Amino acid sequence: MGEAIVITSGKGGVGKTTTTANIGTALALMDKKVCLIDTDIGLRNLDVVMGLENRIIFDVVDVIQERCQLKQALIRDKRFEHLTLLPAAQTSDKDTLTTDGMKKIVAELKQEYDYIIIDCPAGIEQGFQNAIAGADRAIVVTTPEKSSVRDADRIIGLLEQTEMDPPTLVINRIRNHMMKNGDMLEVDEITQVLSIDLIGIVIDDDAVIKATNNGEPVAVHPNSKASIAYRNIARRILGETVPLQSLEEEKGMFQRVKRLFGMRS
Amino acid sequence: MLEKKQLIIIKGTREGLTLFIDESCSFEEAVIELKDKIIASRPKRDEPLVSVKVKLGNRYLDEAQKDQIGKIIGGENRFIIHSIQSDVVRREDALRWQEDSEVKTINRIVRSGQVIEVNGDLLLVGDVNPGGKVSSTGNIYIMGSLQGIAHAGSDGDRDAFIAASYMNPSQLRIADYISRAPDYESDGVYMECGLIDETQDKIIIDRLQALPHKRKELSGFERRMQNG
Repeated sequence: MGEAIVITSGKGGVGKTTTTANIGTALALMDKKVCLIDTDIGLRNLDVVMGLENRIIFDVVDVIQERCQLKQALIRDKRFEHLTLLPAAQTSDKDTLTTDGMKKIVAELKQEYDYIIIDCPAGIEQGFQNAIAGADRAIVVTTPEKSSVRDADRIIGLLEQTEMDPPTLVINRIRNHMMKNGDMLEVDEITQVLSIDLIGIVIDDDAVIKATNNGEPVAVHPNSKASIAYRNIARRILGETVPLQSLEEEKGMFQRVKRLFGMRS
Repeated sequence: MLEKKQLIIIKGTREGLTLFIDESCSFEEAVIELKDKIIASRPKRDEPLVSVKVKLGNRYLDEAQKDQIGKIIGGENRFIIHSIQSDVVRREDALRWQEDSEVKTINRIVRSGQVIEVNGDLLLVGDVNPGGKVSSTGNIYIMGSLQGIAHAGSDGDRDAFIAASYMNPSQLRIADYISRAPDYESDGVYMECGLIDETQDKIIIDRLQALPHKRKELSGFERRMQNG
């Protein structure tokens, strides 16, 4: 019996889809059977991020309206045997998705897979309700910006009203130099306001954008900072205790090199 | 046959007249006798106004009856009703008083978009996040940080106040007063309280230690009992 995790944020553009793709990929890297579900009907992206756009034949709405079997709609990933994607519909009316339908699909997938990662649309309307319907737990993604933290707070409030376990938090797109200058909210500040457990911090990394545009999740890269961050999150989901990535490291390295050449910083 | 018992007794005191209405006779009887007594003893035109306290003993009067008494005593006579006091309260009034005076304890975080409204005083063990709102008819005590909106004395009680462990609110409201945070980014303050300052006619924020000087009665119940 698998576990269904919904990735949500309230605000758009904070990196839900990227987080979904990368946590899913990272879990698959650890030999888990993973299924990703895109519930953002009409604005699907997860297939693009995963580089599986060309392979879509059926989608989640087809499954709900029984135009195909669930198995037929699942797309196997290029890189991992045990990673599949259930894409969102691009054309159908978004009202066709229902909470009951989602619960049924997630329950069926849980028989087969270890983890079902659900990509939630932005907003707090029906799409959000559908996405969280079948989930066992939630991961809330936020960026170190006031507006995004405010929306995350709202979402956490809504999640607390369900029977789900308390959600955990991913802080995405951290820019260390801005945080240090006080131009960005600090990690501590954010966790203090939201008062939920932090499951990972992800540094704003150019590699993410590059990888996304190539249709492959950054988590498959061995060395980029963001990739390590996502794999750490996956390990924490599996129950391991992993220390938080140090934000300082990069600068420390740089300074060490500088010092080597006798430069003063 | 015994001599008819006096239903209305009027006593003069330094502050004015105190009028005792017998508690066992019917209201109609009392009204009839009251009318006679009042007319007999009302001050003359050139005399100053006299204030009257009405004591009902163990008799309960509803609003309409109080009105009627008020009209008889007031009216064109030169009396002013100071108060109508009864030793009994209705059960529902008592329960409402109790509810108004109780401290409601709530242990949670009030997040963005969430609203908590209570009757009486509110003790919140937890934070009020930006975008969250708490409101009570009495005082608000927050053991946590207040970063959203707090509205004390929402029924119009200007003596109500808001105390918080950490105070950095977006708005403080007390009764019909509203104050908001400045437009520039500001740090909050620890262990302070917000209350209405009558002389400045606005909400001020002061240290908790200053509270005993400004608000003698913390409890809403005592306040209401004394004010009737």
